[in-house]
Amino acid sequence: MSAVIENHHDDHHHGPDKGLMRWVLTTNHKDIGTLYLWFSFAMFLTGGCMALVIRAELFQPGLQLVVPEFFNQMTTMHGLIMVFGAVMPAFVGLANWLVPMMIGAPDMALPRMNNYSFWILPFAFSMLLSTLFMEGGAPNFGWTFYAPLSTEYAPPSVTFFIFAVHLMGISSIMGSINVVVTILNLRAPGMRLMDMPLFVWTWLITAYLLIAVMPVLAGVVTMMLMDIHFGTAFFSAGGGGDPVLFQHVFWFFGHPEVYIMILPAFGIVSAIIPTFARKKLFGYDSMVYATASIAFLSFIVWAHHMFTVGMPIAGELYFMYATMLIAVPTGVKVFNWAATMWQGSMTFETPMLFAVAFVILFTIGGLSGLMLSIVPADFQYHDTYFVVAHFHYVLVPGSIFSIMAAAYYWLPKWTGNMYDETLGKTHFWLSFVGVNVTFFPQHFIGLAGMPRRYPDYALQFADWNMVSSVGAFIFGFSQLLFLFIVIKCIMGGKKATDEVWDGAEGLEWTIASPAPYHTFSTPPELPERSMA
Amino acid sequence: MAQTDQNVQTRTTLKLVGVVLGMFVFGFALVPLYDIYCQVTGANGKTASAYVVPEDGIAVDSDRWVTVQFLTNNNASMPWSFRPEVRSMKVRPGEMNQTTFYASNPAGYTMTAQAIPSVAPFHAAEYMHKTECFCFEQQVLATGEAIDMPLRFIIDPYLPESVQTLTLSYTLFDITDMTASAAAE
Ligand code: HEM
Ligand SMILES: [Cu+2]
Repeated sequence: MSAVIENHHDDHHHGPDKGLMRWVLTTNHKDIGTLYLWFSFAMFLTGGCMALVIRAELFQPGLQLVVPEFFNQMTTMHGLIMVFGAVMPAFVGLANWLVPMMIGAPDMALPRMNNYSFWILPFAFSMLLSTLFMEGGAPNFGWTFYAPLSTEYAPPSVTFFIFAVHLMGISSIMGSINVVVTILNLRAPGMRLMDMPLFVWTWLITAYLLIAVMPVLAGVVTMMLMDIHFGTAFFSAGGGGDPVLFQHVFWFFGHPEVYIMILPAFGIVSAIIPTFARKKLFGYDSMVYATASIAFLSFIVWAHHMFTVGMPIAGELYFMYATMLIAVPTGVKVFNWAATMWQGSMTFETPMLFAVAFVILFTIGGLSGLMLSIVPADFQYHDTYFVVAHFHYVLVPGSIFSIMAAAYYWLPKWTGNMYDETLGKTHFWLSFVGVNVTFFPQHFIGLAGMPRRYPDYALQFADWNMVSSVGAFIFGFSQLLFLFIVIKCIMGGKKATDEVWDGAEGLEWTIASPAPYHTFSTPPELPERSMA
Repeated sequence: MAQTDQNVQTRTTLKLVGVVLGMFVFGFALVPLYDIYCQVTGANGKTASAYVVPEDGIAVDSDRWVTVQFLTNNNASMPWSFRPEVRSMKVRPGEMNQTTFYASNPAGYTMTAQAIPSVAPFHAAEYMHKTECFCFEQQVLATGEAIDMPLRFIIDPYLPESVQTLTLSYTLFDITDMTASAAAE
């Protein structure tokens, strides 16, 4: 294993400590990246089990397995855990592993804070999960926790939910400050901003988004806390507040949040597609500008989640057009990837399969988003399974596929071993079929009017729900295969070369595989101006 | 762009912490901003507080009738009976009108209530001038007590022509607990 390779370091380059304390006290970006990734995977499985409870109940109409109260707790916890526990920490884990290696930095700029920002998360999520065993049950008001459901009508456990969200917020804020400081200050000499790999660019912008909106999320849960315990009335109409205000503040956070979950994915796919198409990325600059425009626009479209609350017509029109505008930079990206593949000599190793599926399926999600942005149409689609289909298309074969693509792509660099390609492809095809069988039919039942967040439904929706549940179990169980593949790859396998993939670009491929515990203690010489 | 020293990093970090704090404050600033925005645009159907008739009065538009409908709702488990004296009135813009709303408390204890008004269509809200309204204060009723609550209003003559019917709805909230905890402090 890797220990052999690490032994021939200079003596000031000590390797990792031994035992459990290595992981508790570590300030090494690679260790912390690994911790984040495993944590995220554990949460992915936890949230996944909850999704399977939901889909098992919805397999048939009527109430079979769980009581409606518990069903509501499952939808809420599933959403919260997937967003804050699975997708976000996975991207932070990737940033930890990759950003220093990609910019030629020895580590993250603030290693001690890096350790804290990870170790807050297990506490936050233990607290959140412990609410399942509390009197009155776990939060049951949906991951969007609209007031007054989450204030006046909330179970007592809501206070723990609020503190858990505070902790997650602090963790992501510390994580993103670290990313920004690292990228701005620790780039290898001569690397200009416009020389940075796109994953670094997208993470820089994501980190700014996080820094801007996580405090607003902290604010909104603080207001809830005050309404619940200190007699204020931010969101209580009876006391002069306004529940619609909650939705505005929440979505001011919430819409940028959905881009926080997709921008790093854009970076990953922009790294993988050129490698396996054996061509340069079609347009680097346009990718950077498109990312920045998406980030900017994400602040001014939030009310497209609230078309039905009763807004003045001018507001509806403004938010409709502003939302549609986002499709432009998003389209720039999709065409960019397509043009990169065009006439490339493509091969379809597992990372590429996930990346290509990302481009296709994310685009389907973007198109349903565009349909939802049409105000009069949204009056019909809002709070139906069509919305569920939309955001699962952008998040599962979007964000999650990109994370899997990244895992396969950089796993040989991390472990020094190639993963099992046959198993990887099997995992891809099972996931690909599973995800589409699960979520495509939800477009149909949504258009036919099935509302989201109910444990029961009318008979006419029965067939597609059954299909959807079958797909969910295929998708869910195939993730155990992913776990197996990763463990197998860590344990051994064909040795990876330093470059791993022919013609892959970036500093991370210039160092040994597996990546030594300390890299770039002296800044690297940049090969040539290749990125621009 | 070389690997910079500790000071530069500390400065970047502090700047970012500043942004974080600023955005936390901004989150709270959204509350008054939202109220101002709603007042200015009438979004949300919120009506303004007590209206003072200008010194030189308001010209009555005697060419035009506007129908004003009254709606009452009880929030959540509010047990009071609450209804308007009349369901609708035809009024002349500019004229002072008066009506009452009836409320009674069937609960076995004294309760405090707050009525929250809302006007539809929203853009008509700013033309609904209330000179006197029970919604400007809280109502306290003992067990079995009933009350007729006054409302006096003027419809602004500048009400857009397109609005011929205007709905004023009240939702009655039970705020007994809120006032009790406020009193306890
Ligand atoms: C072209 C780009 C997109 C457009 C035009 C768009 C538009 C919309 C609209 C209008 C809604 C509200 C639907 C409703 O509740 O009635 C919505 C919901 C949602 N979108 Fe998108 N979207 C886009 C991309 C994305 C991306 C990239 C993500 C995340 C990665 C995302 C995640 C979500 C989520 C999570 C919801 C549902 C939130 C909830 O109510 O629980 N969207 N989208
Ligand atoms: Cu949105």
